[in-house]
Amino acid sequence: MQIEMKGIDKSFGTNQVLKDAGFVLGHGEVHALMGENGAGKSTLMKILTGVYTKDKGTVIVDGQEVDYKNPQEAEKAGIVFIHQELNVLFDLTVEENLFMGKEITGKFGFCNQKAMRKKAEEALGRLGVRINPGEVMSNLSVGQQQMVEICKALMVDAKVIIMDEPTAALTQSETVVLFEVIQSLRKSGVSIVYISHRMEEIFELCDRISVLRDGTYVGTRNIPETNMNEIVKLMIGREIGERYPQRNCKIGDTVLKVSGMTKKGVFEDVAFEVKAGEVLGVSGLMGAGRTEIMQAIFGNLPYESGKIEINGKEVQIKSPIQAMKNGIGFITEDRKVEGLMLEESIEKNIALANLPIISKNHVLDRKKERDLVTKGIKELHIRCFGPFHECNNLSGGNQQKVVFAKWVYTQPKVLILDEPTRGVDIGAKKEIYSIINDLAAKGVAIIMVSSELPEVLGMSDRVMVVREGVVRGIIYKEEANQENIMTLATGGMI
Amino acid sequence: MEANKKKITDHIQDLGALIALLLLVIGISIISPEFRTGSNFLSLLRQSSINGLIAFGMTCVILTDAIDLSVGSVLALSTVLCAGMISAGVPAGAAMLLALLIGTALGAVSGLLVTKGRLQAFIATLITMTVYRGATMIFTGGKPISNLGDSFVLKLVGRGNLFRIPIPVILLVLIFIGFYFLLNKTTFGRAVYATGSNWKCAKLAGININKTKIIVYAISGFMSALAGLILLSRLGSAQPTLGAGYELDAIAAVALGGTSMSGGRGKIYGTLIGVLIIAVLNNGLNILGVSSYYQDVIKGFVILIAVLSDRKR
Repeated sequence: MQIEMKGIDKSFGTNQVLKDAGFVLGHGEVHALMGENGAGKSTLMKILTGVYTKDKGTVIVDGQEVDYKNPQEAEKAGIVFIHQELNVLFDLTVEENLFMGKEITGKFGFCNQKAMRKKAEEALGRLGVRINPGEVMSNLSVGQQQMVEICKALMVDAKVIIMDEPTAALTQSETVVLFEVIQSLRKSGVSIVYISHRMEEIFELCDRISVLRDGTYVGTRNIPETNMNEIVKLMIGREIGERYPQRNCKIGDTVLKVSGMTKKGVFEDVAFEVKAGEVLGVSGLMGAGRTEIMQAIFGNLPYESGKIEINGKEVQIKSPIQAMKNGIGFITEDRKVEGLMLEESIEKNIALANLPIISKNHVLDRKKERDLVTKGIKELHIRCFGPFHECNNLSGGNQQKVVFAKWVYTQPKVLILDEPTRGVDIGAKKEIYSIINDLAAKGVAIIMVSSELPEVLGMSDRVMVVREGVVRGIIYKEEANQENIMTLATGGMI
Repeated sequence: MEANKKKITDHIQDLGALIALLLLVIGISIISPEFRTGSNFLSLLRQSSINGLIAFGMTCVILTDAIDLSVGSVLALSTVLCAGMISAGVPAGAAMLLALLIGTALGAVSGLLVTKGRLQAFIATLITMTVYRGATMIFTGGKPISNLGDSFVLKLVGRGNLFRIPIPVILLVLIFIGFYFLLNKTTFGRAVYATGSNWKCAKLAGININKTKIIVYAISGFMSALAGLILLSRLGSAQPTLGAGYELDAIAAVALGGTSMSGGRGKIYGTLIGVLIIAVLNNGLNILGVSSYYQDVIKGFVILIAVLSDRKR
């Protein structure tokens, strides 16, 4: 199937999100769609699949102009959108999900379980993944759930599959499986639109890249003929320079020391330390227990044994409140679920972790609050209409900056960052790296959990690698590289 | 710029409930001369005070994404205990203070069930609602307690006036101001909203979720007991069926006032307006001679309209 979208305009109210957007998708190619957050990638795809209607422009599929009224029509034509937030019912089984609304029925309208089971097994087998169709969805890993979604798309005979940030929640090995599946789909003539921020993956996987900037089509490049710098330049309209800004700060004494930390079946005998002004990167596969270790240090996850020392003194941390009293801050991996009150203003969000600072005897000092929030917006370059701006309406990068602003002013001695740049576009990423560097320069000890190896390598002074709940090694920046980190993370020795 | 715009539309929406209230008042006033007298307005406000006090407590509970079905039963149990103490010779003032403490404790028990017991708020307070009502029946043997003597304090709470304004109305206004301050100007208020808005986020930002929930239930219990004292003072006796169904009027007032049933969003003055709408309907429809069967249907539709118009936000 070939798709050509051109001259697409779309406005929401007075806000024009697409202006002369478009791209051309060829038969059996993997086509990356790139652009900063808010560039209009998802909107463009939603117009293609009938979720939104366009204001202007044309969509041509296999030489005919089309205008799908809803996702069902698009699906019938063979175009399926797999959203970043998977569209599965977690309490139902795999086959119930696969056949949702298209159950095979026998006489009297009863479901024909046998026929469905057989067809589900066939379809899953074709993808080469081993998933039991009778398994309840929530028992599957995110990678497996995604496979079920892809399987669902193939069962309606999809010719074009659109994937929005498909690897955001996948482990390295699941990503490998996904890429193999995508390659085999391509061979069988299915076209893939691949939306992602991860340059390395795109250069490994895709045939062509189309770039949108501020809702406008900027250009298309063939992969072997371009490079990351050129794509970044297309995306932001200027050179970004060094992706990881330089940090020149002195590393001081040990601030946080963890030893013998154990929670059976989750992590075991975890021991490490972080020094003032140091960034300790924490690498490992998804599910290796990195997040759990950090949650435990922050008092949000009970553990069986272990010792935490701050500035050489042992401390008891059983709740986030105690962790904060001991100078630990925590930026969680999922800002939408745990990091922000999305429906509240920037002001209320930043204030939340700073209530002791902006109040006296539990009574709020609104002027202090406003000053603090205004300072946060200015210092962290949060792009917004003011303190009242609701967090829901901010881009991912700006939301993440609000989360940072929430913690920066609590004067943490140790700041734990769990996936600090997930779902954040390149420009905002660099700003966040600068914020991290500023904090380190002020003597904050920083622990940065990240699944993006280039980020870990670019930002860390040392890299701690965790595998199956065990610290497999801590490597100094000078010796760290993708190979030795991945070797440790997957169980090898260096 | 957009922030300011949003604030203005917010205000218009807040005014929506107020406009509805004014329309009701004006409408019924035009039809009924009895309704539009000063003394009727005062008695209307006095009638609204009991639901008002309960609804203020309920607002706090609902803002944390919970619910308190036990308010009517807490009111009944604390009130019959108060009446029992007075008829046994305990000084009325002391018995009333004790009743407030008892109400607070009864509320806190619901809070403990929700937090430490990890029960869903609906189930937890369904349990306390049932148990407290049963305990009320056991304590009274199903009969009203009426020999309450001639205490000045007790009479004052429900029947007294200050400059011709009924004491319950004064209490309602003072407590409204107190709640406004609590929810908008204190760290506790922020904790209440944050808990309802996103408890995971609040917990990680150092908010003590359990403490916040226990306190809002304790507040709700206190307010129920206080409403019970006004009722006791006005009736001169304590019926074991006191307060049955009051939770519904309180929840209705909170909903009318625009507070989200899933927590995090809502204003205490919205609840006050909701309380007044319900009071005007009750009082006005009575004066107009509408049968109480029809009154409930009309009230139901008013709530429906209010909630539907709220959904546009």
